[in-house]
Amino acid sequence: MSANTVSAILVDSKDAPRRPVRRGRGRYALVVLAFLLPSALPLLLFTLGPMVAAAWVSLTEWNLIRPPVFVGFDNYAKLLTDPGTGQIFLHTLFYIVGYVPIVYIGGLAIALALNSRLKGRAFWRGIYFLPVVSSWIVVALIWRWLLNPSTGVVNTVLAAIGIDGPGWWTDPLWAMPSIILASAWKDLGFVMVILLAGLQAINPDLEDAARVDGAGWWRRLFNVTLPLLSPSTFFVLVISLINGFQVFDQVYAMTGGGPAGSSQVVVKEIYDLTFRYGAAGEASALSWMLFIVVLAVTVVQIIGQRRWVTYG
Amino acid sequence: MASARIARPGLGRSIILHVVIVAGALVMFFPFLWTIITSITPGAGLTLTPSLIPSDPSLDAYARLFAERPFLRTILNSLALALITTVVQLFTSSTAAYAFSRLPFRGRGVVFAIYLATMMIPLQVLIVPLFVELKTFGLLNTYLGALLPTFASAFGIFLLRQAVNQVPRELDEAATLDGAGHFRIFTLIVLPNIRPALATLSVFAFMSSWNSFLWPLVVLRKPELQTLPVALAGLQGQYTTAWDIVMAGSVVSILPMLALYIFAQRYVVQGVANSGIK
Repeated sequence: MSANTVSAILVDSKDAPRRPVRRGRGRYALVVLAFLLPSALPLLLFTLGPMVAAAWVSLTEWNLIRPPVFVGFDNYAKLLTDPGTGQIFLHTLFYIVGYVPIVYIGGLAIALALNSRLKGRAFWRGIYFLPVVSSWIVVALIWRWLLNPSTGVVNTVLAAIGIDGPGWWTDPLWAMPSIILASAWKDLGFVMVILLAGLQAINPDLEDAARVDGAGWWRRLFNVTLPLLSPSTFFVLVISLINGFQVFDQVYAMTGGGPAGSSQVVVKEIYDLTFRYGAAGEASALSWMLFIVVLAVTVVQIIGQRRWVTYG
Repeated sequence: MASARIARPGLGRSIILHVVIVAGALVMFFPFLWTIITSITPGAGLTLTPSLIPSDPSLDAYARLFAERPFLRTILNSLALALITTVVQLFTSSTAAYAFSRLPFRGRGVVFAIYLATMMIPLQVLIVPLFVELKTFGLLNTYLGALLPTFASAFGIFLLRQAVNQVPRELDEAATLDGAGHFRIFTLIVLPNIRPALATLSVFAFMSSWNSFLWPLVVLRKPELQTLPVALAGLQGQYTTAWDIVMAGSVVSILPMLALYIFAQRYVVQGVANSGIK
């Protein structure tokens, strides 16, 4: 114990030592400002400000060149009545419905396997985690090549065992499954690490007790492990859904939203509206619609968690 | 000890376990292996599927990559942006974390909640106004334009605030008695005590900048200003069938992350496990 620590304990009151610094209220305010401004300025200028601005832009018609024209809620009305909007939300939903179960079940299986006594656990965990540190663009390119219909390794292997592989990202039916496959490969390790951290926090006595009571592996999994893991599961679901609605990079690099718009998703549409069709107002309206959907889904999850998430 | 009791599987179960883990790891690693093999197989693409052991390996694709495009410049762009973003985020996040942990003021809870809420706002929602804002400032096609929106990170502030909260308050109270003000407590006591969290944030800031795509794509339109992911996406448009070159570019882009990851695995895994933010 250092002399300083001793003197701190002798002083005994939590507030007393602060007083010398608070010589003047004005001076203290300056100190607070000095510590907050470096982060507050960028957040105000480049996040909160643009957020409010986007709300205003969404009420205008604007091609980014001529001055914007106020049109009220026309952009929203246009988007809500356009069947294309439903399509791109459906594609996004298709992505989420395919992607979330694969990464969750896969990530859980690996986490369960790695949560046992195993030599070189860090090494194996590292292998599963590698795709997480790669960029989405690289992942998309690698999978575009793996799933190349003619010379890709997947179809080559399938052909060798007598299966005529699909056209993957060149086929409207298989474009979204291709994107889902690549995305699941990238994020599996991410989900695995979160679930593994959750598993390691579970008291092993509880599982032992169930074992002593004669519960088999599956029953222990469903009646003991999964309920105790529910906070981690909840967290994975919230993050996966937020990220799922924002899917963009991999679509841009793998299919460009095609073929024939079959894998066009919401954020890709926002990008196209802004930079290809010069419809910044409509793009902003779609941005806000997306934000509201994500917010609503997150709030519903947070409210719904009481039914199934148990905090030990 | 509790840890000694974690599932001690029987021999049969142990074999199954190992088979599952190793087979899974092979599946996970194969795409990387295939990327490397493709990059050293000249002419891979239109008609040629590389073989697992290339008969005529060559680094030709790498040579072409650097000869035909400003690829070295692209790497330096990514590196410079990632380093600057990291340093600035360390500064803005640690100062904010100190304020939210050590400097009580009226409305601090609300301000902190607003900070955290910005984590929920996807960049995509902000694209149009941000683009217009930077255009107005004349910052399109400038490094500063690419950097500014990355200067503050709600994730970083959250992460570091947790760490600052762990630093015993007795330490700063003792320093206060010795006459130290907040700036000295911050630099001499708090910062040295949150080094692991600073390392985690460094890795994440660097990684997310290195891998970021949408914003650099929008703001850096000139070829010589492009970052790696944007250049890679363009590479594919340029060499639609020359997969050896595209894969060589991918290898070049992954290697620094791989090195960083091996070097700092502990901090990366910790960061994900604690926060769940990529």
